[in-house]
Amino acid sequence: MKQRAMSEKPRKIEITDPVTITVDGREVTAQNGELLIDACERNDAYIPRFCYHPRMNPVGMCRMCLVEVDTGRGPALQPSCMIPVAAEMVVDTKNEQVSKAQDGILEFLLANHPLDCPVCDKGGECPLQDQTMAYGPGESRWVEEKRHYEKPIAISETVYLDRERCILCDRCTRFAKDVAGDPLIHFIDRGSNTEIATFPDEPFSSYFSGNTVQICPVGALTAKPYRFRARPWDLEEVESTCTGCSVGCRITVQSSRNQVLRFQGVDSDPVNWSWLCDKGRFGFEAINSEERLAEPLMLSSDGTLIPARWAEALNAAADAIRAADPTSVAVIGGAQLTNESQYAWAKFAKGIIGTDHVDAQLGDGLAAEVVLGLPGATIDQVCAPGSTVLYMGPDPKEELSVLYIRLKHAAQEDGVQIIELSPAASGLSPYASSSLHYRPADLPKLVEALLAGELPDQGLPGIDAAEFTKASQALLAAEQNLHVVIGRANLAESADCVAVAASAVHQAVPGATFLSALRRANLRGALEAGLTPGMLPGRSSLAEHGQAWKELWGSVPSTAGMDTTQILQAAAASKVDVLILLGADPLADFADRSLARRGVAGARTVISLDRFLTASTRQADIVFPVAGFAECEGTHTNLEGRVTRLNQKVTPPGTARTDWMIAAELAALLGKDLGVERDAHELWDELTAHSAVHSGVSSAALDHPDAADGLLLDLGPSPFVTPVAPHVAPQSSYSLRLIVNRTLYDQGTEIHHCDSSSALAPTASVRLSPADAAPLGAEDGTQVTVSSPHGSITAALIVDSGVPKGSAVLRHNLEGADPGLLIDSADVVCEIRVEVS
Amino acid sequence: MIGTVTPASKVAEGVPAVVSSRFGVPDGHTLAGYTSSGSYKGYEALRQVLEMSPAQVSSVVKDATVLGRGGAGFPAGVKWGFCPPGVWPRYIVVNGDESEPGTYKDRLLMERDPHQLIEGCLIAAYAIGAAQVFLYVRGEMPHAQERIAAALNEAYAAGLIGKNILGTDFSVDIVLHWGAGAYIVGEETALIESLEGNRGMPRLKPPFFPAAKGLYMAPTIVNNVETLANLPWLFNHSVEQYRSVGTEASPGTRLIALSGHVNNPGIFEVPQGTTTFRDLFESEIYGNGIRTGHELKMFIPGGASAPWFFPEQIDLPLEGRLIGGQGSMLGSGAVVVMDETTDAVRAALRLVRFFARESCGKCTPCREGTTWEEKILQRILDGHGRPSDIDLLLDVADNISPGPYPVAADPSNDLEAIPFPPRQTTICPLGPSSVAPITSAIRRFRHEFEAKIVQRDLISVSSEPFAEVPAQSSLSHEAAGHV
Repeated sequence: MKQRAMSEKPRKIEITDPVTITVDGREVTAQNGELLIDACERNDAYIPRFCYHPRMNPVGMCRMCLVEVDTGRGPALQPSCMIPVAAEMVVDTKNEQVSKAQDGILEFLLANHPLDCPVCDKGGECPLQDQTMAYGPGESRWVEEKRHYEKPIAISETVYLDRERCILCDRCTRFAKDVAGDPLIHFIDRGSNTEIATFPDEPFSSYFSGNTVQICPVGALTAKPYRFRARPWDLEEVESTCTGCSVGCRITVQSSRNQVLRFQGVDSDPVNWSWLCDKGRFGFEAINSEERLAEPLMLSSDGTLIPARWAEALNAAADAIRAADPTSVAVIGGAQLTNESQYAWAKFAKGIIGTDHVDAQLGDGLAAEVVLGLPGATIDQVCAPGSTVLYMGPDPKEELSVLYIRLKHAAQEDGVQIIELSPAASGLSPYASSSLHYRPADLPKLVEALLAGELPDQGLPGIDAAEFTKASQALLAAEQNLHVVIGRANLAESADCVAVAASAVHQAVPGATFLSALRRANLRGALEAGLTPGMLPGRSSLAEHGQAWKELWGSVPSTAGMDTTQILQAAAASKVDVLILLGADPLADFADRSLARRGVAGARTVISLDRFLTASTRQADIVFPVAGFAECEGTHTNLEGRVTRLNQKVTPPGTARTDWMIAAELAALLGKDLGVERDAHELWDELTAHSAVHSGVSSAALDHPDAADGLLLDLGPSPFVTPVAPHVAPQSSYSLRLIVNRTLYDQGTEIHHCDSSSALAPTASVRLSPADAAPLGAEDGTQVTVSSPHGSITAALIVDSGVPKGSAVLRHNLEGADPGLLIDSADVVCEIRVEVS
Repeated sequence: MIGTVTPASKVAEGVPAVVSSRFGVPDGHTLAGYTSSGSYKGYEALRQVLEMSPAQVSSVVKDATVLGRGGAGFPAGVKWGFCPPGVWPRYIVVNGDESEPGTYKDRLLMERDPHQLIEGCLIAAYAIGAAQVFLYVRGEMPHAQERIAAALNEAYAAGLIGKNILGTDFSVDIVLHWGAGAYIVGEETALIESLEGNRGMPRLKPPFFPAAKGLYMAPTIVNNVETLANLPWLFNHSVEQYRSVGTEASPGTRLIALSGHVNNPGIFEVPQGTTTFRDLFESEIYGNGIRTGHELKMFIPGGASAPWFFPEQIDLPLEGRLIGGQGSMLGSGAVVVMDETTDAVRAALRLVRFFARESCGKCTPCREGTTWEEKILQRILDGHGRPSDIDLLLDVADNISPGPYPVAADPSNDLEAIPFPPRQTTICPLGPSSVAPITSAIRRFRHEFEAKIVQRDLISVSSEPFAEVPAQSSLSHEAAGHV
């Protein structure tokens, strides 16, 4: 595994246009037009380099990769990172001239380098250090005073810059501009006084800043969460998949002394290309949090949660379940669990307890039949040259950050056309070929009109006719290469709106494929494992395929159960005896705050499996501490349906156990056998043996060396019932419609327990278009009150031209104002009015 | 320099004033002045050109062999032909970022005769089919910027620029852009980067040859101010008349900026190829002799980037290819004369310091190497030189420009010339240019370096190369010196 980690190997390519070139006297085959530096490396002639990175456009700046190239006009020193391979090229990577030039470059680079390797984080994994050992003179002839700068300066909350160590390779600056689209760092000054700098009073506040630390070829950029915590040679590592969101970026988990100290991006070609978002990269801090639950808790007679023994807690939970009617037991959550734990809990809830009131989503996703039923698309398919993308998902920069990087690259470098339909401007909008911002609940009408090629006579609010025509023509021209990204751009709007729109595209363009952009990490896995009402593992419907699973499990529920909204409604009406929360925090995450409160309070016994005390866990009667990421073995399914291995690196805190173990223990106490004796592999083997969808991702298949980037589930379509368009009541006296969306940093449990990221969450604000703010006489910072028929909140106003007239944007789960107080989950849209407080 | 001072360019008898005919005309910079004075009538050439086909215009320029006046001396007509056929839009970019030390000819062309340049731009735009011309003027030349801006306004008002020029289908816009003060932006790809709003740093050629992938990745012809300023005269006269001056390979005249230790420094329009440096230094209408009472020690034939020439080369004619073969270049036509009072080491430091400060910082060898060269030279001048420093200087230089560096012949030591151009480990020639004064000075005046090193090297009794005078903060130097 270690070779893959941190590797900056040339991309795997298929040679379609072979040419023969001569490298160091050997004739080798290379792809016509590929970069010489890659062709040589692939043919065992590694060329040293600093500025070249296989995932970024070359700049030929460091000059370390100079080799002698003869294209028929005589040999000349050329930077191999800038020279495309052509037939008959003769390359010498090692002769005297080349060595002299490379040695000279290295001496130049070291002239002003402080050589403070003993106190440098990069020491031990430093390309400059490594190349100095491999190339260049042993001693420097530089006797002048070295450059001096203040050491180091913070360029953001998490990244520090040491300008003395910097070799000005343009990697971080190129990354910020070209890859992340956040050109917040750049060169200033000239000659040997050139340095990297931020703009005055503007920090390098990119969601992707940590990548610059990883790709820095020296120790110039270091990350606060890792600074001075370890030496590279003391780190142990395993490869795993980040579970910060559902993109499924491949990472290495690095630890020392049983403590996770760093995540680094791994270049997984189908997914993250080595990039990570900062939330994922620095999310390891939560693993080491002092506040991790380390022992079971039970509600004491004085109403507080006190530590309990496992046997006590398990018995109490089993007693509660045993005493309840199976149909009065409900399970919410499970999207953070491994595939194996999800299957264990699906089997425990549906096969052993006998309840189908199981939902891994918290009303913020899409119905399982939409996610699983529409023909699937991979990220690579969506982003392939020639693709047209109809984007109807959330702001990818905020919710699925690395997917944003892929989409941005597709649009900018590969000419992919993105038609964005969203309620407000997003991080993707600048790269979309057309961007239409619809009024909440108008998406079905907009998509219908786009497919018909004309706007309704009366138009659609906020939709510009010219932009509409452009988008419609692009959409209709796409046909075979149409890929649709769906998700929840607005948590205050019924999920049916997106489902209806997706269904309309599916019917009009049968070849279109769909990627569900739902944020929760292993939500796809949960749905595939059957943690959703009305379904069993492997996309089997309870009604149609119940019998097959009954033969394996012994029993299955007789009728389809309730989703989270219905469960909470039932609980609020005291119809739920046992509510099991699998890492779920409905009090923070369910959009309708009032219903969440009433539901959690109304359940007779609440059992929570969690890593932290959350708002919901505090209301529980029994709390089981669970092992989290990097603390257990298993597999993970990303939003595409790609299954990858999660590997354990450290032990969980205290006596915390993996979620499936708790299901197995409870099953045993209920006198049943979950069918697992030793480890999670047994659960995976059972699922992959019995689910056709999972048949290609068996343990053996995943362990094959070619499966390092994971394997896809069968993405073929399943039966899909067209949803009914939701009815929207005419505008009331509430003149605006509410948009609730997420930011990368919020008050979520994970981020809250990351020391270096928790302060990055903004405070709540209300965003209005200039057109709606002007009549209020309000400007940035004015305190405004937002009222709906269900409640009101007060927050500071931000006038934002990215918000269309007629809508207001609030962020989910930020400090200061809770949009959940305005929302009733029964409404299709949330209508509001805004007044100056 | 203020515009009211009028250094009229002198032209030898029988030599046409192709570009400098209005230098002494007080209102030569106005439209009225342009159309009523000088060696041809302003905007007449444009009228003629618009009646020709673009291909005919190009072939006239090609036949006349109008060599580029920016430094490389490449024929403009041939360059125009490099635009890939059928790719639009195309741009003309005028390189008015003249900043090579010693060069000041384009400034006068822009200040004294902006309409001549504008007419040249229009002819070039017509020939290659460009609808937009970008005039990039050096940041430190506000007077030139103002004069060009005023001239553009006049020309627009007169219907000479803009839509349907002179009632034809030909439409062109000329955009004036002010640089922000960077020598490197005189390099065409860096100029394009700067014009696009980026930091002025050169692009690698290939793949970014401007004619194929230039401004906004579109085909772009970058021409020097003087090159374009030649065109109105050419079209008012004939190819034969143009070629009647100069030589077969280098026809026409050139503006030479003569500076340094001559009695009469200034700008002179001289026939290319037939005028020699001796003519330039000694003729009464040009330099009028080396500073009285002094003798020539060395001279730079083509701007700070050019390797030095010495008295033996004084009879060479001003002809690009010939000078290249003799180890230097005619470059941008800046001739700097130094007499025997000039300290070769100090002169080298002056020049190297310029390149070190103007290095854009992109390529490692130039960014670090030019500063290193400067520091060593400074140290030698300060009396802290070590005997090994001369070889160190040459080797640092070799790591910027590998292999034998162009240098003039030295008959007294039986050394032959090494022809131009130098090789480079960098993207553009700025770094290698810093090597010119070092190799030139050391090859000819090594004794001056040695004298400075020995002179103050009082404690250095050992013959060990590294046991020399400790520098002021020797401890940190020594510590830092070892990898």
